[in-house]
Parts: sequence; structure tokens; C-alpha cells
Amino acid sequence: MPDATGLELTAHELRDHNAESILGTDFGRGRAVLLAAPDHVTDVLRQLKASGYTFLASLHGIDYYPEEPRLGVLYELLNMHEVDRITVKVRVHTGDPRLRTATELFPGAEFPEREVYDMFGVVFEGHPDLRRILMPEDFEGFPQRRDFPIGGEPVLFTYNEENSYGKYQ
Amino acid sequence: MEIKREVLSAPDDFRSRQLLARDMLRGDLEGEALDRYVEQSVMTTTVGKAVSWAQGNSIYPMTFGLACCAIEMMSIVGARVDIARFGWEAFRASPRQADLLILSGRVSVKMAPVIRRIYDQMLEPRWAISMGACCSSMGVFNNYALVPSDKFMPIDVHVPGCPPRPEALMHGILRLRDKIQGHEPNGWRERYDAVGTEEVIPIADDAGADSAINVFRGGGTAGA
Amino acid sequence: MALDTADYRRREESITYAAESAGQGETHELLTLNIGPHHPATHGVLRLLATLEGEVVRDIKPIVGYVHTGIEKTAEQKSYWKVIPVVERMDYLSYYFNAMAFCGAVETLLDVEVPPRAQYLRIIHLELNRIMSHLVWLGTSALDLGAISMFWYCFRERETILDLFEMSSGQRMHTRYFQVGGVFEDIPPGFAAKLRTFLAEMPTRADQYADLLEKNQIVLERLRGTCALDEKTLLEIGVTGPLLRAAGNPWDLRKAHPYSSYDHFEFKIPVGTVGDNYDRYRVRHAEIYESVKIISQALDGLPEGPHITPDRKIALPPRHELATSMEALIHHFKLVTEGFRVPEGEAYYPIEGPRGELGCFVRADGSAKPARVHMRDPSFVHLQALEPMVKGAYIADLIATLAMLDPILGGIDR
Repeated sequence: MPDATGLELTAHELRDHNAESILGTDFGRGRAVLLAAPDHVTDVLRQLKASGYTFLASLHGIDYYPEEPRLGVLYELLNMHEVDRITVKVRVHTGDPRLRTATELFPGAEFPEREVYDMFGVVFEGHPDLRRILMPEDFEGFPQRRDFPIGGEPVLFTYNEENSYGKYQ
Repeated sequence: MEIKREVLSAPDDFRSRQLLARDMLRGDLEGEALDRYVEQSVMTTTVGKAVSWAQGNSIYPMTFGLACCAIEMMSIVGARVDIARFGWEAFRASPRQADLLILSGRVSVKMAPVIRRIYDQMLEPRWAISMGACCSSMGVFNNYALVPSDKFMPIDVHVPGCPPRPEALMHGILRLRDKIQGHEPNGWRERYDAVGTEEVIPIADDAGADSAINVFRGGGTAGA
Repeated sequence: MALDTADYRRREESITYAAESAGQGETHELLTLNIGPHHPATHGVLRLLATLEGEVVRDIKPIVGYVHTGIEKTAEQKSYWKVIPVVERMDYLSYYFNAMAFCGAVETLLDVEVPPRAQYLRIIHLELNRIMSHLVWLGTSALDLGAISMFWYCFRERETILDLFEMSSGQRMHTRYFQVGGVFEDIPPGFAAKLRTFLAEMPTRADQYADLLEKNQIVLERLRGTCALDEKTLLEIGVTGPLLRAAGNPWDLRKAHPYSSYDHFEFKIPVGTVGDNYDRYRVRHAEIYESVKIISQALDGLPEGPHITPDRKIALPPRHELATSMEALIHHFKLVTEGFRVPEGEAYYPIEGPRGELGCFVRADGSAKPARVHMRDPSFVHLQALEPMVKGAYIADLIATLAMLDPILGGIDR
């Protein structure tokens, strides 16, 4: 993990290249996070990939409900030669959840981006095949958002077991 | 301690049976002696019972592993808990050739129609075992993604556990075998001679029920 | 929002008997074949839409989601202690690794130190799980290839390992042995002796597996030279673990970024040369020996000490203290009813699982339940590598490659 100064240097380099790409940095517990602007994510990823972070370890979504902007997408990057990890965080609103795809830079982002679309509703523009991957294709709703109900079956007791499935008649 | 020795059958009983068998082989037995011989050595039963007995001892389960329970189902094929002892080792991949569907693992919303279609493709007589907590009830995961197997197909035996030990699955399989062969035990009711007992269900509009603190009132229960 | 469905999607939905032509290949017409989700040769419920020209695979599309359990959403409803059994059931062959990744992430957030004895015990169980996962992989892969008797030999060893797990935690699978801050209980007397007998015989057994398979002409023809993929493509896709090591890159998180005292042990990383199916098989087979070495070193050097962190705000106090100490009783009550609270933050904890980099991302919002748990599962990412591997190979090679890829659908679908 880069230390705090290393993180600031990286952020400065990225801001030199494109002034509005980095909205902030966060460093804590050995983890370096760059908060990027949604429109410039691909730029940031390209810069970082050119500077050594060539391996995309994880791409996942997160729902920051009730803080706005609500939907976050995290890119965990790994520099194998120096064993360094850095995270790029992007936050988008539910009203306009669009991001540019990272599959051009990291072809292995295809399935994870489909999963983020399926679970959170973030649309990745330019993705070769954006459709639901874990839920059935005609499912409505985005399950892992915090306001989606957990669902499930009611627990059966004597008072409600008459109306349930599977009761031996 | 006194040891008492007893002869269970007379020594010439064996000799007489031997002579009887020799006569039978020669074709010399006739009349009453023949009737008695046949009664002693032949079992009569109905065709149905015989067929059920044969069916129960030669089930072809289907290879249907969904999740973690599948690994424990694979270990009953292994040498320690050997399903081949009971004649059930011929796992068939095609539903047309299998009699038993062991649903091992969690049934997802996407998978349920597929399982139903496979179950429909199986030929009668067919049975189903719901192995594990996830397909019997919702198991560990009571959420939007799972379907309990009772909702879309008839299940004969539910085996609880997460995952059930191979011995537990074996117990469930043997209960199914008893069911197929027609002598299905009643379980604890038989053991404690409790056939004919009744369950007392509390009256819905009992006046004192509201004030009681240990009476369950309906309401949503979610995971802790 | 409506998206344009691709051509194969339209064919997938078509259920008429009229033949939908898939187009023309080089010499023959293309055929779309649906493999799965129920199929004797898949490792779990994986559905593959293969476009074939004769016997040659021209295109393949994996369709997953048939065992999706919503584990990550369920984990948000439960307190941290209760998330451990939920998260264990993801990649159902490497349950200790799932628990380790989650506990590691929570320990990073809590900033709690795991005592050395607990770290060594964790390593012993992790490496036993690695051997067990490789044994199941070997047995089922050989079953797919047709070498059916390997299944029984591998499962015989697996039963010994499960006996050891049952000794230490009471359960064969999904043992809930790893807790935040250490392990649940110390190992019982007799565990070390039984483990040593197992370690003495395991290398011989692994030699026997090699003898069974490696001189066999059919196994060699099916595995040697089939479906190789170069290191660069693998890295672009995000593949780690034995697949990457088979291609020649010695990347292993146990050596590159050691966690939980892995740097105290001496072990080698088996690496392949060509990156074909045979190398993938050999790398995993060789890893069994290395795991045996690690376990024996850990057992020899097992330090004394507590088996879980002494911080009572995180770990349950020992039962005998409940009768004498009021604070212990209060801590126990608080931990069991509400659970410990984790200060706000996010953590990503990657470990080296039997299939590759298994990472757990946990976001804590200050309460007793996690706000987001995400497992970066290696099989999910590796499934994307299937298409470049089998393009242009026969169906039989597809089955062999799927076996060597070692996908675990529980981890893919979560």
C-alpha cells in the first residue's frame, strides 16, 4: 500500500493531467482510496494502469444509502511488481447511474460490471454485453440496493401453517 | 455362573431335511409331503410388494448437485458411507433413466423452473429427496433469491442439516427406501405409542391471551 | 431500461422446433448447443451456450446465476459474528478461506491483533482446506475425464481431513471455526497426533495419484497441449492462483504479501511452463506437497498462548469466567445479543485461496451489522478466461478445460 504521501503524490499527478478528475483522497488502515469524478474514471484508470497498477483485482458496487450520491463503484487495482494496492472510488446518483466501462482497459471487468448492473443498476456505457448475470433476465429491481426488501418466506407456526405450501393434507 | 446348554433342534431334524431335499431333487415327493415342503421353502406375496421391494433396492439416483450439500452427497458415494451397499450406486445423468432426484443444495429463483422441468422429464415411479436445510425450508438464507423446494415440486423425504452428514443423508435414504417398500414407520409416534394423541391449538379469541406475555402473536420475523 | 438483445440471446429464447440457423462457419454450418445447467460434467450448475462448427467450439458464453443465494444481502442483515457462517457458504469447498477473508477484513477495521497461536492454527486449517479442495478437484476432474476410480481415492483422503476438522470444531463442512480475533476453540488433545499421521501418509498418497494418472496415455493426450493461454491475457482478465502459476507467473499472495504469519514458513511455489491443461493439473498436484510442508512446520512451531484475542469487547470470554466476573457476564451478553460494533470504514482483505485471490470487502457504518460485504471470488473472474481458452478446441477439450479451470459455482453466484 502506498503511504499517505505516496497517495498524495499520485493524486497530484492525476490532477496535473486532468484537473477535475480527482475529487479527494482517503488514507486509513493501510488503504489508499482515490475519489474520482464519474466522467473521468477511465482517464484515472488509464493513468494508473500506465504507472504500474496493471491488475484489476476487484470491481464492486456499494450502496451508501442514505448518503448522497448513493451508488458507489470501487476499482481495486494492484501493482504486481511493487506489491502495491490502490482503490479508485466513484459515486453516482440513482437518478443518472451511468459510467464509462472499464472493459477496454481491463477485459476482466466484463463480468463484475454486469454484476454491478444487476445488483445496483449502474449502467456501464460501452460494455459489450450488459445484461443481468445473477438474477433471471426479466427480474425487476436491483436487489442489493439498501431499500430493496430482503424478501424470503415467513416462518411457519401453528397459526399460519394451514395456508402454507407443503402442508401434508 | 451356570452355563446352560440347550440343543435348539433335534440332531435328526437336519438329517430328515436333507433326505427331504434329496427326494425333492429326484422328483419323488408327492402329495402332502410336497405341499409341506413348498410351504416351508417358498414365500408368497403380492406382485406389488415384490416389485416395491425390488424397486427400493435398486434406485438410480440422478446426479443433481447444486451447492455444498452436493459435496456431502458425493461423499456417500465414497467408501466410508457406501451407498453401493444398498444398490443405489448407479447415478444417472439423464432424467429419463433416473428414479430419484436428490435436491442437494440451495434452489435459486433462476434454477427452480429448470428443476421442475427435469422432474417432469423423469418417468413414474419417481421420488425426490430434499437434502439440506436450504431446499427443505429456506435454510440459512431467508431472502429474495431462494425458493423452498416444496413450493414447486412434491418431495418425499426432507433431510435436515447444513450440510447433513453423510450418515444423516443415508438415514433419509433408508427412510425413503422403507417408504418405497411399503413398511413406513411412524417414527416417534410408534416408539412412544402415541398414535391417536392430539395437538392442542390455543383458541384464537381467548380473553386472557392478550395479557399473557408468552403467547406468540403473529408478526414478521426476520433474521436476527 | 430495455437493452438490445444480441443474436444468441434471441436464439436462446426461441423454443420452437424450427431450426434457428446460427450462421456459417468456415466449412460447416454453426450449431448452438446448450450445455447445462444440469449436465454430468459441470462443476455445479453452470450453463454454457456453445456455438459449434462440427466438433470445434467457435464461441462459448457462460450463463451463471443458477445458484445465486443473495449471500451478500443476507450478510447485511446479520451482526458480524453471524455473518461468518453465511459467508462461509459462498465458495463451498474453501470455507475456511471465506471465513478468513471476512475475519481479516473485520480485524483490519477493528484494528485488533490476532494472537500468534491463533495465526498458526488458522494456517493449519487453511492449508488442510487447500489440500481438501485440491483433492475434491482432482477426484471430480478425473471423473470428468473418465478416470473414474480416482474419485474414491481422493475422497478417502478427504474423509481423513474432514475427521480432523470434526475433531477441532465439531463440524465436517462450514465449521464456523474462524472468529474475528482468532479461532473459536483451541485444538483438542489428540489432534496433533492424528494430524501427524495424516501428514506422514499424504505425500505417499499424492505420489500414488500421480502414478495413476500421469503415465496414462489418454490423460496425457487430453491434457497436454490443450487450451493453453498466455500469461498476458490471463493478467488482463484478472486471473490469479494455480491458473496463472501454470502459465509461468509465480504470483502467490502467501509469498508476495504474507498475512497471518505465512512468512514464518518455508515453502516453494510450483510454477508451470506452457500454461496448458497439463500444467494446471501439475501445479495443483504439486501444491498438495507444499501444503503438507507448511502444516508440519506450523505444527512443530505451534506457540503457546491464547487462541483468540483477549479483547473482551470482540471475543467471547471463557465460560468459567461468567460465574465469577460481572464484566465478563456483561461482555458476553452484549456480544451475543447485539454483537460488537465496528467503527466506520472500508477494508479489502485479499488472501490466496485454492483457486486464486479471494478478497473480502467490508464496509462498516459504526453499527453492529456490516453495511456491505462483497467477496471477490476468483472463480467469477476466471470464468471470463474460458472463452479465450477453448476457442478453436474440441468439445472434449472444453470439458477437460472446464475441469482444470476449477470453477466453484457457489463462489461465482454467491
